[in-house]
Amino acid sequence: MARIVTKRRLNPTVTLLEIESPMIAHKAKPGQFVILRVDELGERIPLTIADFDSIRGTVTIMYQSVGLTTKKLDLLESGDTILDLVGPLGNPTEVDHVKRAVVIGGGVGCAIAFPQAKFLYRAGVHVDVIIGFRNKDLVFLEGSFRKNCTNLYITTDDGSYGEKGFVTTKLKELLDAGEQYDLAIAIGPVPMMRFVAETTKPYGLHTLVSLNPVMVDGTGMCGGCRVKVDGTVKFACVDGPDFDGHLVDYDELMTRNAVYRDQETAAAEVHRCRLQALSDAAMMGGARNG
Amino acid sequence: MADMTSPRTSMPERDPRLRRRTFEEVSLGYTEEMAVAEANRCLQCKHAPCTAGCPVNVRIPEFIAKIAARDFEGAYQAITQTHGAPAITGRVCPQETQCEAKCVRGIKSEPVAIGRLERFAADWHMAQKPAFALPKLPANYTHVAVVGSGPAGLTCAHDLAQLGYAVTLFESFHTVGGVLVYGIPEFRLPKTIIRRAEADLRSLGVQIKTNTVVGRVVTLDELMEEGYRAIFLSTGAGLPKFMNISGEGLAGVYSANEYLTRVNLMHAWNPDYETPLIKSRSVAVVGGGNVAMDAARCAMRMGADEVHLIYRRSEAEMPARAEEVHHAKEEGIQFHFLSNPVAVTNNGSGHASGLTCVKMELGEADSSGRRTARTLEDSEFTLKVDTVIMALGTSPNPLIRMADPNLNVDRKGCIIVDEQTLHTSREGVYAGGDAVTGAATVILAMGAGKLAAQSIARALETQSD
Ligand SMILES: Cc1cc2nc3c(=O)[nH]c(=O)nc-3n(C[C@H](O)[C@H](O)[C@H](O)COP(=O)(O)OP(=O)(O)OC[C@H]3O[C@@H](n4cnc5c(N)ncnc54)[C@H](O)[C@@H]3O)c2cc1C
Ligand code: FES
Repeated sequence: MARIVTKRRLNPTVTLLEIESPMIAHKAKPGQFVILRVDELGERIPLTIADFDSIRGTVTIMYQSVGLTTKKLDLLESGDTILDLVGPLGNPTEVDHVKRAVVIGGGVGCAIAFPQAKFLYRAGVHVDVIIGFRNKDLVFLEGSFRKNCTNLYITTDDGSYGEKGFVTTKLKELLDAGEQYDLAIAIGPVPMMRFVAETTKPYGLHTLVSLNPVMVDGTGMCGGCRVKVDGTVKFACVDGPDFDGHLVDYDELMTRNAVYRDQETAAAEVHRCRLQALSDAAMMGGARNG
Repeated sequence: MADMTSPRTSMPERDPRLRRRTFEEVSLGYTEEMAVAEANRCLQCKHAPCTAGCPVNVRIPEFIAKIAARDFEGAYQAITQTHGAPAITGRVCPQETQCEAKCVRGIKSEPVAIGRLERFAADWHMAQKPAFALPKLPANYTHVAVVGSGPAGLTCAHDLAQLGYAVTLFESFHTVGGVLVYGIPEFRLPKTIIRRAEADLRSLGVQIKTNTVVGRVVTLDELMEEGYRAIFLSTGAGLPKFMNISGEGLAGVYSANEYLTRVNLMHAWNPDYETPLIKSRSVAVVGGGNVAMDAARCAMRMGADEVHLIYRRSEAEMPARAEEVHHAKEEGIQFHFLSNPVAVTNNGSGHASGLTCVKMELGEADSSGRRTARTLEDSEFTLKVDTVIMALGTSPNPLIRMADPNLNVDRKGCIIVDEQTLHTSREGVYAGGDAVTGAATVILAMGAGKLAAQSIARALETQSD
């Protein structure tokens, strides 16, 4: 059982939860994730650790409410508890010997890009950050990034904030201008990571992508998280979640990630009543999830 | 003298046509009368070959004599002299290759139904004694960590707690039981039995820490620093193998472990739960072991119209328990022997649409006595299926060895131990069960848990002298 200590909306769809878990906070490193189950009836879903504080004994996650589980998470408030929280899982991002890095985040992926940027920057690395959003309303973590990188570039698809265009437009501009990096880290929707990898490839820039396939156990026991990298099968939970972006089979990843999408919609429909009941109860300040 | 040709007393079972769509237990167990009748078939052989055939040497003639004398609690007590979980093993042991294979009655007719009698004694005990104060030695305040809560870990924790040790049981899942909860389905092993074992552990004072992945959130070194004087690793063998054939990465292709975990641990069979699972119409399961049978029977119960089982050798070579194969056939699983998959076909949008196989033939036996399988030319055929479940075997869970380079493992990732003591290459660290042997059986895992408890206790006693 893990207690939520802070809940904050970062933009209309992305929410931050700071959760009490001294053991995980003590061990977490950038790039790792947790698996949580909101309540007895819930699924187990992986979420990247967006921040951790070993003194407060907390880990922070950020999520976009899309599926049933994240919608349920959204009904919880600070003081409520999450039934199961396991972590830290996965391997920390390998950033040894990096001197100049470019960290690229897209949409909710910025939440995951943030700890990477912060960690590198605090280790004395030159860090350029490019974060991209659809429009101005969706921009989040700008202040946090600013404090934790050398240069921050923001792009929006419609130009309503920062520079108009995609993260890859900006990335290419920097690379063409002769910026030298020894590592690119890309985190965001799968198509975005693929485009980043395609952009960096001609420059021979080593690019890590953080993959978020379907998972169950997170310990190498189900193979649900398998991805094809350089023609061989890897389990993202124990071999990743970071992989060489130039070697990942993105098509396979995308179809596998979409397996339950129809069902999610159907399930969301079936469970809508329950969600409604839960949220009614929460509104009345009544039964909290416990 | 008993009639040496009388067959064994059959056990009542749910009708296959009804049970193939529900998760209720298939075998209903003996009544007292049936148990006594079956117990009377036992010849009470003095040399007890059955006991020698049991990996934990249950005193079989002794407990069966007690059943015959209607001393059912006495029968339970006789079993638990050497083995603590008869309700589980009575249901899942491959008796036909162990105790029952050695039964003298089996020469002229059928062996005594030892497994069914074992189950009867255990169920009788549980029904009569819902809470049972377990005997326990006084606490000795020496801490021992057990990592992994499958049959090996449950047994080791239980025995050490009875000896007075302060045991903490670590489990990475949110529920205790290992394969007994995430793999073996409810219709074969009701989970109330595992909950009872868990309650027994708690009443013995065992601390249970679920959601705790050892090697990630805490390392073996840190456990030692925290004051654990010994560690038993019973982390199992769940890492699934795949065939490396084309199309295995398509949506709709599962490992049996993922499929079974969703259905069993995550209760996908219960509509109240939110666990997603593909709604399959036609399923192919690849493999011939218990895991394959469980996956096939679960797929049938999840509503598939047809379930095919593909096995590369013939029925005689199938490693699954005979009873499971029999039940699977009764439930309408279609068996394709001497068939081997070569590709999963794509429906054009990344989802499995069929399984292409070739026919095999068995050749000469190799040095291990297993007949090699050869592909027949031009024998390709494709089953139209929307779901493929790979049940090809598993290897030891990778996390522990990845997290601790000082732990010696063999080429297959099995932890190397001294066979007498189960001690690993690391001081104070022991290991047993599937983590050491690779995928094996519940009873062997329990035997290892028992041996480890004895050997840990011996080592800690000598240290404190
Ligand atoms: C579907 C299926 C059906 C089977 N049917 C039968 C049968 O009918 N009869 C039979 O005899 N055998 C059967 N078996 C085999 C039998 O279940 C296993 O041999 C047995 O469970 C092994 O026990 P174990 O304690 O070694 O490991 P497991 O039961 O695998 O338990 C290991 C536990 O350790 C946990 N763990 C792993 N890593 C860590 C870590 N780093 N930190 C904390 N916890 C960890 C796992 O989550 C798991 O709960 C079957 C197996 C399967 C998969
Ligand atoms: S999540 Fe199950 S193997 Fe990775």
